[in-house]
Parts: sequence; C-alpha cells; structure tokens
Amino acid sequence: MTELLQHIVNTLILGSTYALLGIGLTLIFGIMRVVNFAHGELYSFGAYALYFVGVMLGLNFFLALIVAVVLGCFAGALIEVVLLRPMRGADIDTTMLVMIGAMIVMQNGEQFVWGGVAKSVSTPFPELPLVIGSISVSWLRLFVFCAALALIGVSYLLINRTKLGKAMRATFQDRDAASLMGVNIQFIYMATFAIGSSLAAAAGALLGPVYVISPQMGNLASLKAFAIVILGGLGSIGGATIGGFLLALAEELGAGYVSSGYRDAMGFLIIIVVLLFKPTGLFARAERIG
Amino acid sequence: MKRAHGLITGAALAAAMSTALATGAAAQTIKIGVNEPLTGPFAASGTYVVNGAKIAADEINAKGGLLGRKIELLIEDNKSNPTEAAAVAEKLISGDKVPVIMGAWGSSLTLAVMPKLMEYKVPMVVETSSSSKITTSGNSYIFRISPPSSVEATEFKAIMPSLGIKKADFLVINNDWGRGSAEDFGKIMKAQNIQVGLVEIMDQAAQDMSAQLAKIKATDSDTIMVTTAVEQLTLVLKQAAALGITKRIVTTGGSQNPDQLIEQAGAAANGSMHLTTFAPWYPDKTPDPAATKYFLGEWKKRGYAIAGATESFRGYDGIRTIANAIQRAGKAEPAAITDALWTTDFPGLNGQIKFQKQGPTGKESGQSMPNLYLIKIENEKIILSGS
Repeated sequence: MTELLQHIVNTLILGSTYALLGIGLTLIFGIMRVVNFAHGELYSFGAYALYFVGVMLGLNFFLALIVAVVLGCFAGALIEVVLLRPMRGADIDTTMLVMIGAMIVMQNGEQFVWGGVAKSVSTPFPELPLVIGSISVSWLRLFVFCAALALIGVSYLLINRTKLGKAMRATFQDRDAASLMGVNIQFIYMATFAIGSSLAAAAGALLGPVYVISPQMGNLASLKAFAIVILGGLGSIGGATIGGFLLALAEELGAGYVSSGYRDAMGFLIIIVVLLFKPTGLFARAERIG
Repeated sequence: MKRAHGLITGAALAAAMSTALATGAAAQTIKIGVNEPLTGPFAASGTYVVNGAKIAADEINAKGGLLGRKIELLIEDNKSNPTEAAAVAEKLISGDKVPVIMGAWGSSLTLAVMPKLMEYKVPMVVETSSSSKITTSGNSYIFRISPPSSVEATEFKAIMPSLGIKKADFLVINNDWGRGSAEDFGKIMKAQNIQVGLVEIMDQAAQDMSAQLAKIKATDSDTIMVTTAVEQLTLVLKQAAALGITKRIVTTGGSQNPDQLIEQAGAAANGSMHLTTFAPWYPDKTPDPAATKYFLGEWKKRGYAIAGATESFRGYDGIRTIANAIQRAGKAEPAAITDALWTTDFPGLNGQIKFQKQGPTGKESGQSMPNLYLIKIENEKIILSGS
C-alpha cells in the first residue's frame, strides 16, 4: 500500500511536467499543424537558459526560472519568424523537414557551446525531503509540481478565456475568415509558436535542476511530448494534460509492478492500445471539414 | 588535348601530394586511436579518460617520444552508442591506419568494437569496461587494464563481512556492464548466504529512477548495490534521498567519481560506499606514489576538476601501456604491438600492469588485475574504508 501511494505521488509530479510538455506541443502540432521536432530542443534550451542565468550569472533561482521561460518565448518567436514564416502554405512534410533541421542545429549548437558533459543546478530548496507518514517527496519536486499546475492553468485560461486565445482558435480553424475579421494572422502564428515554445522551455527549466542538463536531454522529451499529444488528441489542452498524467502513470506502475527494464516501453504500449480503439486520441478536438 | 593533359598533370600532382602527406605524417608521428564517449550519457567519464590520455601523451612526447618519433592521439567520439563505437573503430583503423587503439569505455561499446579488431588484427587496450564477456569471448586483440566485474565481486567478498549485509537489492544500468555486475555480485553474495532481492534495471539515458527506487524502498533489504556511471548515479542518490531511503548504498564499476557526487548530490551522497580502482585522495597508499603525485599535479595544473581523477587515471595508464609496448616492439605495427603487450610488466597508477591469459585456449585475451578500494562518503568527505 505504501509502495502504491509512493508510486502515485511520483506519478503526479512526473505527470505535471509531462503535461506541460504536451500542452506546448499540442498548440504547435495540434493547432498549428507544424510537426515540431525541435520541441525537445526548446526544452533543453530552457534548461540551459536557467543554467546560464542562474548559475553563471548568479541570478536568484526563481528569477532565473522566469528569465528562462521568457528567453524560451523569444527563441520560439525567432524560429517562427525566421524558419516557418517563409514556409507558410507549404505542406506539412516540408515544415517537418525544416524542424528536423532546426533540431539538429540546436542540439549540436548546445553541444558546441556547453560541451557534452552534463551540468547540474543547485536550488534554494532543502535537501531533506518532506515526509508524510511513509510517503516522502523532495521540496524541489513539490515546487515543480505546483509551478507546472499553475502554468497549465494559465495556458488553459489563455486559450479559452482571452481575446488572444479566441483569435488563435479562429486563425487555425479558418485563416482567411479570421484575417477578414481583422485578426493579425502573422502575429497569431508567431504568438502561438512562442507560447508553445515557452511552455517547453518552462518544463526544461523546472526539470533541469531535478535531473541533470545535457545536450541530449531533449530527445526523450520530444518523443514523450509527441506520445502525449497523440494520446490526448491533437489540439486539446485538457487531453494533453490528462495524456501527460496517463503516460507518467503507465511508466511508474509499469516500472513498479511489471518490469523496470521496459519502463519507457509501457507508455508507448498504452498509446498503441488507445489508438487501436480511438484513433483520434482520447479527447480529440472536433475537426472542421473542408 | 590540352584539357586531357591538364587532367593528367592534376591527377599526378594529387597522387604525389597524397604520398608525400602520408609518408610525411608517418615519419613524424606514431598514431594511437582513442575511441571514447565524449557526448551522450557517458560524456563526463569519457572526457575524463581522454584528458588522462592527453597527460600521458604529453609526458611521453616531452621525454622525446617513442622510437625517435612523437606520438599523436587520434581522439574520436563514440557518442555513448555501440553502433557509433564500431564505426569509430572502422574509421580509425582503415581510415587513419592506427596500429593500436584505446577504448571504448563502456562494456557494450567495447563489445561492439571487438569484431573490428578481429577483422583488421589491431589490438585494443580496454581501460574501463568491466563486463566479464569482454575477455572470455575469445578475442586475442583485447588487453584490459580495468577489473572485470567478476574480479571486483571476488575482491568485494573480502570486504563484505565488515559491512554485515543480510539482503541486497540491485539497481543497475541496462547494458552488458550493469547486467553483468548484477550477475557476478549476486553469485558471490548468494555463496556467502546473503539474500539477493530485486534486480531493477534502468535505461542508460533514464533520468527518473523514482519508480525503481520506490519499489526497492518497500523491500526488507538493508543494502542497494548500484552500478552505473557518475551522471546517473548522482540522480539515483538524489532520488533515493528524496524518497527517504536509508538503506546502505554500495556502488560498483569504478566510474563514480566520488568528488563529483559530493559536489552534485551534496548531502544525498553521505553514507554511500563506492568500489573504486584508484585512491587519489591518499596518494601515499597507491602502488606508485611518485607517479600518482606527478599525474595529480599535471591534472591540477591543467585546471581539471579533481573529481575526474578516479576515472582519468585509466586513460593515463592505458596510453602508457600502449607506449610501453610500442617501445619494446621497436615498430608501430599492429602485430608487433600485440606481441609486446603480452610481455608488459610495468607499474601503473593502480598496481603492476601485466596481462594474464583469459578465455578459450588459443585465442585468449589479456587481463591485468588492478587493486580495488572501498571508499565511503561521510559528511561530504571521502574516507578509505577497505582495500
């Protein structure tokens, strides 16, 4: 029983960051229809930004986190303007190739700048864990959980409750109609990509100190983000959130009760099963036809 | 006509130049291939080994080189990936024509390189890998200076009683190294009436081991035997502390870099014990104190973090082993170096380097037997607790 409770606590914490990764990608992949292979690189960009600002420049940890997210936002905007704007109207395969190129350049760039050896970031949180009964959890992970939940809430409100969110949804439903209604299409594309990127950077900056920061950290993150988005259904924020938690649960229980050797396979097994029965994912956004 | 003439001149010129380049380079240096992980999950360890190798090369060259020529290290990154390790070996042997290689850090990486050595008949000094398979599979081009996990386990047997282990769980990296260690240590423990509980596996790129640790936390074992490299080990220690695990943690494999653990895991490293093959904190207790001090002095002078010394000494000894063999072989050719390696007998930083025969008769591999130390981290300090 204790073991199960500990697995569930682990799941909640891991799931919150998976959800963050998934939401960022669902905006870009699900709504914008850009197969963003560089999503994991924005995740590692966030982690390195935190390392640079927090460790090398010595800024306060919490301020450094915010700066890292803002930098991630700018990086996303830059990628959109430089790489994707000229591709507007090109088919999905072309932009996919461009994003694969971006991924390779970013990962090798990180390796060039920071070297291949992993970096670690220390935090102001106490090293002794919070112990409740027989369950224990580190303060840092608890903070990561709360911050991730807050960011998930903010994204939900942004997309569903603000004018910007409405314009975003309108643009990707029907670009021409939205444009005729006075929506600044170019800005919306850039903003959506930037928001998705900043969420990935936030996940990286939050998890960097929990784990270690290395140029390859984005590979697995990318893979998992795609899995979450497909599991949850393209374009659905709620779906990506639940998908994130589900993936974490599958991994945690799979490793705990089946075999730790196949931990990463568990998640993908679940996805295969879900797709067999519900090919559009668990919570697919209604497609507009035509 | 004029055009054909130009072409021929061009081709002749190119041919002349390439011959000149080839002979020029051969006359200048003796090439030694170095096949190490400089990126990927083992980047820290591979980089330390390479830095140690560079110290050895510079030391040898400062003393006038070998056979009147300078040595040159051709360092290639195998990306912590067995496929890449084999490709790097191919490139070093057939492209750069190196007569000897040092590598490839991890057991799976080394095992991937081994068929290439057979194919081209080029010897390799294995500086880190510890899977027993490496020296028992019948590859006569393998000369290993690190202890296989079976030897590590046998030496650990002498230390075990003082620890009073009753039941142990294993948490090991999912490759030949980790699985091999779990098997070898498990065998020794069972023979000593120590119960072996769970054997949990972690992917080499995994960053979150909470699930495995939560499972281990719930068992009635008193000790966790962990086998992995320093990056993942740091995470294991931090995550074990976060889960409130108080069981004794003993690590194997010699790639723990205790100073780095203290620096990156902090208090979470306290109480953990590590089997290592070098004790740079106590140079006077090493087999060759003068050489140890020279090496540590150079390491410091180059501004490297002291944490790397427990790992990098293998790169240093590996290159010295190769240089020693080339010197005695009298020529930098694979067959002559292979023969000379068999008669190696010189003091390494961790004991005499001398190859014993292992594996099937007629195609034995060489295995040198280094010392083993058990160290403990207490209050973020390193204490020698057994050897």
